[in-house]
Amino acid sequence: MHRREFVAALASGGAVAVAGCSDTDENVEVGIVGETLTLTTTTSTYDTGLVDEVDAAFEDRYGVTVEAVSQGTGAALESARRGDSDVVLVHARSLEDEFLREGYGVNRRDLMFNDFVIVGPEGDPAGIDGMESVTDAFAAIAESESVFVSRGDSSGTHTKELAIWEDTESDPGGDWYREAGSGMGQVLTQADQSGAYTLADRGTFISMRSELSIGIRVQGPIEGGPALLANPYGIAAVNPAVHETVNYDLALAYIGFLTSREGQELIESYSVDGEQLFFPEALSEDPNFQQYVPEGWRPEEE
Amino acid sequence: MIATIAAETFQALDPAIMEFPFERNYVESIVYVSLYVSLTAVALSTMVSLPIAMLVGFAEFPGKRFVIALVNTGMGLPSVVVGLAVLFLVSNQGPLGTLDLVFTKEAMIISQFVLATPVITGVSLAAVTGVEEGVRDAAYAMGGTRLDIALVTIKEARYGIVTGVLAGLGRAISEVGSVLIVGGNIAGADGTAITRTLTTAIQLEARQGRFELALVLGAILLTLVLFVNAVVLRFGGGRI
Repeated sequence: MHRREFVAALASGGAVAVAGCSDTDENVEVGIVGETLTLTTTTSTYDTGLVDEVDAAFEDRYGVTVEAVSQGTGAALESARRGDSDVVLVHARSLEDEFLREGYGVNRRDLMFNDFVIVGPEGDPAGIDGMESVTDAFAAIAESESVFVSRGDSSGTHTKELAIWEDTESDPGGDWYREAGSGMGQVLTQADQSGAYTLADRGTFISMRSELSIGIRVQGPIEGGPALLANPYGIAAVNPAVHETVNYDLALAYIGFLTSREGQELIESYSVDGEQLFFPEALSEDPNFQQYVPEGWRPEEE
Repeated sequence: MIATIAAETFQALDPAIMEFPFERNYVESIVYVSLYVSLTAVALSTMVSLPIAMLVGFAEFPGKRFVIALVNTGMGLPSVVVGLAVLFLVSNQGPLGTLDLVFTKEAMIISQFVLATPVITGVSLAAVTGVEEGVRDAAYAMGGTRLDIALVTIKEARYGIVTGVLAGLGRAISEVGSVLIVGGNIAGADGTAITRTLTTAIQLEARQGRFELALVLGAILLTLVLFVNAVVLRFGGGRI
């Protein structure tokens, strides 16, 4: 069973890759013209404007409509589980893997990455400025009981934050730890107002930086920070075997487009305030089979 | 039409206040979605609410008080809860899943219908029961049929009913919880709103920390409600 799933995933993954390669032909006649693709995605890709940018190009090329719903990773995957969306673009590998294992998602591809940063107030009461280790920085925040605002909304950023706390010796809790239960922008504003620390994705932070007095205290890997703060985005189609109403062909065309050279170049050239927000990851010299299957999954040995 | 007027009014005002921060097409389509969804929902609600209000108002039956209590409770329905319930109803796996309604204006109309109906029913009920019995007796004595009596009662209670309809509209157009869940706050890549209303657009701007823009949209929403109220009162012969 597992083996067959794996083979199927490989085969269709290959198809996606092929679809991605053939996009130099300008006169592609695909049977998807006029159809509508429902994409559930995270607030970070939507609020930075990236989704609108790539969707406009995709719509132009295929004569289709993309309806993007921005929900946060947890909710986006939940919509996909119910069959209410055709494709998901999210950033929490553990949740994506769960989604794949349960059989709701197929043909996951690595799409792009950026990174998380720890932002905090000017005076830096926890003294974490420029720390090399994320867990040490979190521990310092906990020990000094500096106010920390958590997303608290099962988003990709929240999932990342909880994973970091898991690795940290101190536990979050007490008056200083506040769960906001809101989107990144609101949490940044809240942290700004109350002089607190928070974990933010670089994209949203950059797009709001001009309105904030809090700044980056610990850099992510893009600026040479620790690898633990990497923020990879994946894209996956909803399994048509589970929900026969989903538009699988269009979903694969979308995945193919985004992971093609053209799509990746769009992502690479997208910038806010002259700063690149996302870094393409789909095109690589080496075959990366792990992107199609849950992380750490191995085919059974013969 | 109204959308255009609203946008034009704002455009005319803008040099005096500030650079208008949105694409015209964006605002127009959002206003259109807001009005289309809320007005349709309220129209449907009114058609359902009035007969219920008349029936409950004049018929005597066991459990009448319970029904009234139910209607009054419905006025306080949290919109998020209604949104979730409608989502389960229209979601692909839900009972109405085959109709493919999730993330559409129709789904938003359903949820606003659920929200507005108790308000319109409740206020209309109070209005029709407030009509003096003498009026109905007179209509009956003059040989009126049951329909005539009902029409006379509605005519007498019209101010109260109009208030109910406007309250229902206020409830529908200003709520954000349910339309966000069942509609998905979708705008096309070209900036045309599909299921984005003024309230969900405000929520989106606020989420991104752009409070000034959110307030601008809030002002448009208020202007719009004021405008609709003025029109309804003008043609409803209002004295309120």
